[in-house]
This record gives sequence, C-alpha cells and structure tokens, in this order.
Amino acid sequence: MLRAAATLGPRLGHRLLSAAATQAVPAPNQQSEIFYNKIFIDNEWHDAVSKKTFPTVNPATGEVICQVAEGDKALETLDNGKPYVISYLVDLDMVLKCLRYYAGWADKYHGKTIPIDGDFFSYTRHEPVGVCGQIIPWNFPLLMQAWKLGPALATGNVVVMKVAEQTPLTALYVANLIKEAGFPPGVVNIVPGFGPTAGAAIASHEDVDKVAFTGSTEVGHLIQVAAGSSNLKRVTLELGGKSPNIIMSDADMDWAVEQAHFALFFNQGQCCCAGSRTFVQEDVYNEFVERSVARAKSRVVGNPFDSKTEQGPQVDETQFKKILGYINSGKQEGANLLCGGGPAADRGYYIQPTVFGDVQDGMTIAKEEIFGPVMQILKFKTIEEVVGRANNSNYGLAAAVFTKDLDKANYLSQALQAGTVWVNCYDVFGAQSPFGGYKMSGSGRELGEYGLQAYTEVKTVTVKIPQKNS
Amino acid sequence: MATTNGAVENGQPDKKPPALPRPIRNLEVKFTKIFINNEWHESKSGKKFATYNPSTLEKICDVEEGDKPDVDQAVEAAQAAFQRGSAWRQLDALSRGRLLHQLADLVERDRTILATLETMDTGKPFLHAFFIDLEGCIKTLRYFAGWADKIQGKTIPTDDNVVCFTRHEPIGVCGAITPWNFPLLMLVWKLAPALCCGNTVVLKPAEQTPLTALHLGSLIKEVGFPPGVVNIVPGFGPTVGAAISSHPQINKIAFTGSTEVGKLVKEAASRSNLKRVTLELGGKNPCIVCADADLDLAVECAHQGVFFNQGQCCTAASRVFVEEQIYAEFVRRSVEYAKKRPVGDPFDVRTEQGPQIDQKQFDKILELIESGKKEGAKLECGGSAMEDRGLFITPTVFSEVTDNMRIAKEEIFGPVQPILKFKNIEEVIKRANSTDYGLTAAVFTKNLDKALKLASALESGTVWINCYNAIYAQAPFGGFKMSGNGRELGEYALAEYTEVKTVTIKLGDKNP
Repeated sequence: MLRAAATLGPRLGHRLLSAAATQAVPAPNQQSEIFYNKIFIDNEWHDAVSKKTFPTVNPATGEVICQVAEGDKALETLDNGKPYVISYLVDLDMVLKCLRYYAGWADKYHGKTIPIDGDFFSYTRHEPVGVCGQIIPWNFPLLMQAWKLGPALATGNVVVMKVAEQTPLTALYVANLIKEAGFPPGVVNIVPGFGPTAGAAIASHEDVDKVAFTGSTEVGHLIQVAAGSSNLKRVTLELGGKSPNIIMSDADMDWAVEQAHFALFFNQGQCCCAGSRTFVQEDVYNEFVERSVARAKSRVVGNPFDSKTEQGPQVDETQFKKILGYINSGKQEGANLLCGGGPAADRGYYIQPTVFGDVQDGMTIAKEEIFGPVMQILKFKTIEEVVGRANNSNYGLAAAVFTKDLDKANYLSQALQAGTVWVNCYDVFGAQSPFGGYKMSGSGRELGEYGLQAYTEVKTVTVKIPQKNS
Repeated sequence: MATTNGAVENGQPDKKPPALPRPIRNLEVKFTKIFINNEWHESKSGKKFATYNPSTLEKICDVEEGDKPDVDQAVEAAQAAFQRGSAWRQLDALSRGRLLHQLADLVERDRTILATLETMDTGKPFLHAFFIDLEGCIKTLRYFAGWADKIQGKTIPTDDNVVCFTRHEPIGVCGAITPWNFPLLMLVWKLAPALCCGNTVVLKPAEQTPLTALHLGSLIKEVGFPPGVVNIVPGFGPTVGAAISSHPQINKIAFTGSTEVGKLVKEAASRSNLKRVTLELGGKNPCIVCADADLDLAVECAHQGVFFNQGQCCTAASRVFVEEQIYAEFVRRSVEYAKKRPVGDPFDVRTEQGPQIDQKQFDKILELIESGKKEGAKLECGGSAMEDRGLFITPTVFSEVTDNMRIAKEEIFGPVQPILKFKNIEEVIKRANSTDYGLTAAVFTKNLDKALKLASALESGTVWINCYNAIYAQAPFGGFKMSGNGRELGEYALAEYTEVKTVTIKLGDKNP
C-alpha cells in the first residue's frame, strides 16, 4: 500500500532503500526482453487490423523501448520511469491486494428480498452490466488496471480495456496471465492505442454498456459527452485534483512536513490526489517552509533502477514541457521560488524537486493541476478561512488535515468537499475503502463494496402470490 | 447433490474425467494430543480414550482425553492471543483472510488424508467424505476468507451534534462443540466465521470422531496462525463440553448436536456468564411431494434426503408427505430405490451406505423401527440389522405412517424412511408445522403459486424447492423453534461472531 511507504516515516526514501539493500526486493532485470506487444482479444494475440504499431519510450533516456513488446517485473519502471523499488513494494503489493479483495466479493454481493405492499413477492437481482469499456492512465498502469478489472470481473462483466499509449507493457503482460489463469476467451480484451482513436471508439460504441475512465478532467468531459450522444452508456470517471493539505498550528511538525512532502512528490508528482496546495497555519508557516525546502533539496533524483532513487523522470516529453511551463508561470506571477525550478539532467525527462512559497489563491500554480514535482505552500489564519479557500475549486478528489485536536479533525473532515479526507496521514489507500471525486474530480467510487455498484445492473422481480404473509 | 472434484472450474472445458481418488491404506494417525498454543500436549490427568472404526469395530488409536484443567489452559491461551496489541488483534483483516485461504490450500493438499481419516472414524463412504465433506470444508474456508476485510460497521446520522459510528469487533474467545456426523465440516462451519471476524477459539470435537479436527490443528500451525488463536481439546461432553459451556472467560459458544444436549449447553451458558449462544440441533424435516411434482426427481431426492450419511443428518427427510393421488406409485418407486442401495465397506467405491456411528445409535434406531412395526406402520422393506454385520442396518421404508407414531415424531438419525399421505395443501402445512423442530423442509411441485405459498408457510430455517440438501457456503443455515438458535454460513454467520460497539463523539458546540 502507499501507506506502507508513508508509515516508514521521516526517512521514507532511506528506509525503502535499505530494504532494497538487504535484498528484501529482488533485483530488476533492466534488459528485459519484451514478448507481449500485440492486441489481446479472446485470449489470443492479434496484430492491429491496420497493421500499425507505435513506439513506447523509456522516459529515463528518451529512447524507444520497442514497438510495444513483452516483459517482466521491471516493465513498469521501464515504461513509466517510477523507481523500481516503489513499483515492486507499493504498486505490485496494492495490485495483489486489490485482486484478492475483489475475488472475495464475487459470491457476496447480495440482492435483497423486499417487503412490498400487496400480495407480491419482490426481490432484486444484482446482475452484471455487460460489456465494460475501461480506459486507464499511465501514472499507475498496473494498479489502475487492477482497480478496474477487480470489480468488473467479480460482478460477472466482460471487459474491453484500452491501456495508456505511454505505458502499455505491464497491462499486456497481465493479459497473458489472464489467459493462463483460465478466464474464458472474450472475458478480458486489451487494446493498446491512442485516445482519439481507440479511446473514442470505446466511449461512443453502441455495444459497450458502460465506460470507466481514469485520466484528466479535460478528457473526462469528452468521454461523458461521447457516452451521452451514443447509447447513454453508464459512466464513471476518476479525474484530476488540486487537493488541499491543511496543516494546523498544533500538528506534529516533523510528521506533517514529511507527509506533505510525500503527498506532493510521490510518483514524480504524478498522482490525481497529489496534495498540491499545502495550506499552513500562519503560526508555524515559516518553520514548515524551511523544513519542506530542506526536505525537497534532499530528494534523490536519478535512474529509477538505482535502489537509492526516490524520484525518476516524468513520463514523457509532453508532461515534461507542461510542468516546466507551470514552473515558469509561478515565477512570473510572483510566487517565491525556494528551490529547484528546472530540469534535473541533460537526458530523459527529469525535473528538480521544486518548492514555491507565498503562493496566492489566484496564481495559476494554485489553481491548475501541474502533475509534477512542484510544491505550492500557502498561508492561512483561521480554520473557517481555510475551509472556504480549500473548497474554492472545481476539483474535489482528496484533502488532508494535520492536527491533534479532536474537534478540528471532525470539523474539517465534515466541511471539506473531497471524496477522501486523510487525517494525520496522506495517500493511505486500501482495497477496502472507496475512492473517488466530488465535483469535477469525477463521478462514482472505486474500491470497497461501493466499487461494485458501478458494475452492477439491478433488476427487480415482483411475483404475484396468492396471499402475502410477513 | 453430486459434486465434481473441480474439473469444470476456471472455465476450462471438461476434459476426460480424472480417475476417482483412492484412500490411503494403513494410514498412520499422527495427531492424537491436545492442541494449545500451536503445541501438542498430553492431558493433565494423564487419561486417554480410544476412538473406533465403526465398520470394523476395531480401535483406531488412543487420543489424549481432556478435562476441565485442559480447557482452562486452552482458554488462557485463547485469551492471551486475543489481548489488545497481540499479533492476532493487530493483523490486517485482509491478512486474516489470507491465512484462511492458506488453510484451505493445506486442506486441499491433505484432502485424501483427511477423507481417509474421516471415513475411518465415522464409517461414511470415502467418496462422500472426499467429494462432499472435504469439498464443503474447502469452499467454506475460502468463502469466509473473502469476508474478513469486508466486515463493515456503519456511520450513522443521529440527532444532535455528534459523530456516530459502529465498530464490528470480534467477540473474544469462542467455544465450539461439534458433532460426529460431519466432524470436520461442522467444525469448519464454526472455525471459518469465528477466525474471519477476528476471534480466538477453543474447540471440542466429538469423542467418537476426534481425528480430523486434530489433523486440522497441525495445518493451522503449519499455516502460521499465531499461537493461541485456535485450540483443540478432545474429550467428552460431561467434562470438556460442560467446562466450555460454563467457562466464565469464554464469551460465546456454538454447539451442533442433539436438541437434548443443546438445552444443557444453553442453560450452562446462561447460568455462568450469559455467553452468547448459537445452536444447530435436530430436525424432523418434512418433505412434501405434490401430485404435480416431477415424480422421478422427487423420489430420488427424498431417498437421498433421508438415507444420505447413513440417515445421520440433522436435515434428514424423515417425514415424507405424499399427495394421495401419487402415493402408491411414490412408495413403490421409493422401495425400489431403497432395496438397491449398496450398503457395505465405506472404502469400496460402490458403497453408498456404511455403518451407523456406534452401538448406542444402532440400538436406538432398531428400537424406533420396532415401534414403527408395533404402532401399525406398514414395513415395505428392510426393518432390521444386516445379518452378522456389526453396526450396519438395512435401508428401511415404512408406508401408511400416521402423525402420532413415534417414527413420525422422533428424530431417528438412521436409514429409515417414513412415508405419510396427505389430501390438500392447507392440511399438509398444518401437519408439517406441528412439531417443535423446524430445521429444513422440502417441496416438490411444478406450480409457481404452490411453491411460493409453501415456502412462505413452512416453519423451517431452510426450504428446498425441487431439490434436497442444497447447502452452500453463501446461504445461511439454521433452525426455527427447537431446531436451533442463530444461523451459520452466508453473511448472516458474521453477526454471530461479531460484537457491535457504537461510538458517539460529541462535537464542539462552537467552531474550534
């Protein structure tokens, strides 16, 4: 779990690294051969009808890995750039837990028998929705795949999944495991490709009964429009965020600094729920900023296969340029650049861990999702004020509160308009607890029992009986 | 009721059916001691008792005989394992589930050993033990493994300015006393939900059949459940059973057995510390065959329903009510079935019926058969012990049975099928319900209205329509009236192993 990383405390990076050093994590195969690089339909591998292929790129070097090919455990890091140790200990751990969790739900999602008026026997059946289109992103490729497959298959649906063009390799490897596990042909089909083509085709397909999308809010709009104008397929969305992380003056300072750092910088800043507006109460503002800058400066950026690395490259050139653009806007709009602020290397898509202080609500970096290693620290006076400012966003994915006070914790967790509120922690996920967005951060929930609802169609059966008795 | 050995699971097409499993000849019994804290102990008294093979009437081996001091030691271990901060209490729920899955894996690995032990100890046909008892154990363990991290409390909107939520906590130390008719299966029905919900347990298997429980103890240790989470004390009812029922530090007891002993357990539980009680007791289960039924199906289901497991099922179809229009034909076909039921060595693959469990049961069944003859029922076939064959009884069918006969009122627990006649639905509902029992009922009809009406009217915890003994880990099972208290299996079982705590937090009156 991400919590596994978070609870390792102030020396997150060092603890994980020493685990790797003492061989808790098997060594990666950095020269993996790629076997699975085609389209997976009916448990078989197909070339594209058009015979086209596309390159997938290693963001650490900028070089093409292959024209969509096979792999092993090292694949996620090769394709996405996230540190290998994290990919092994966190991503994969959560994937296994998610699949096992949903395996347990398969025979437990009960309908009901219902005491309806009149001489009738009424009950519900929880049926699968049917053909589920699933479009997944590049930031947690395997994990997002598990979050989608778990509930869809547990409830008896069949799936057509489009994997992100930036990171198709691990999903295709899993496709082969699906075949090996013995799922009947046609239950899971995986199509690597691009949004405007494969993605759009799924969203507007007349025979797809439901679409689930994780990605940007911008594309989320397109998916929902396409679903509406085609066959009114059911839609669930997990979109972007600009999640507020609120540090009260009575917070445990050491813990808050480390958690706030983790909240923003984890996964190269590429998390939908990144704590990208750190609100610090004025009494502790200066100390917090100073410590956060020191922590950011000590963040180890480098080759993701190196077990000492905490931060790898951004996923591709587009993101790389976009983030640098935001950093620029921060400088121009008058935020206080305290460290970082540019590329971290000559090759690949590495960016220096960057911290801006004295950020104001109106600045671009305070309003728009950066999706990179850029931390915004803002000052506030009172709890009422920060609630207003935190909620003043079209996003509403997550939020966090650091305080020791029972009443403040309850007040904030009730008042914040966010699908998840973390108290004295950040990025704590469990397959058991639902996750999703308020407002334009999404609709519907994934994980937990709640995650089953989107993949279920409820049928009511009402039977006339001669005489009803309670 | 036929089950496969999984050849059609995982969506794989049916290949050539695999060969039947073979029992292990001359199996060495490895585990015969008391299991506490993942260790094997001799009894404090030094006593042992013998367990016998009812087919051969030979002793299998001696087993350590527990008594109150051993129960005390087991409870201490279970309490320690349940302390706040213990390994078991701190374990993630998902991990508890994982341990149960791993236990299921080991039961699968040792399936043939366990089925062989079960057959040696109970006399049930080996293929039944393998394909029914063991199948049920594995599925039940896996089913409850899946529930472990899905036991959810609620957040609740109450009046006033408070935050209100419930925690679904484990109860604590749970005692379980299990019977000899499905020794391992009945034990797993209790163990699985108890562990799934985070409890610790002290188990007493039946004195007639302790061996599979003790082998399971070795698997629990092998999987790596923390010490003290599961403790097993073999012994007798009046000593070990009574000690568990009245132990002041046991928080809950689950008992499966006779209604007579069930009452004793509940009394002891109440008198001592009001421990929570669930009971699965006897039955005199009506099997109602309407004139419009699929007759072949009804005959076969009624036959298996009463004769399965040598008639030693709480669910036995021991009052078959047949609508008068088809009565004669139903009796004729049932007698045919009963006459060709193969009785013999439970290790022979052709055998459907083995011996009764012991002399006491054997004598009781024969006595009830005599009462049937004396009270005027018509003996259609069987009616006596199989000549010079130990504890074997010939499959017996009585027709012209009336409600006031002993064979129509008392639980026989043997291979005896009483068939009664009825005229109409209202009448059979009344007659079916005029008993203090209420475990299961079955209905055979093609008519939708009749089916739903009977399902609603019968006072039974389970009603089967056009089937029999359809029991699944997912569906709750338990008795109305004196057939029991509470439910096992399904989500409902979780409620019996959970203590609900409501937490209410007053919020500050002013904004902080």
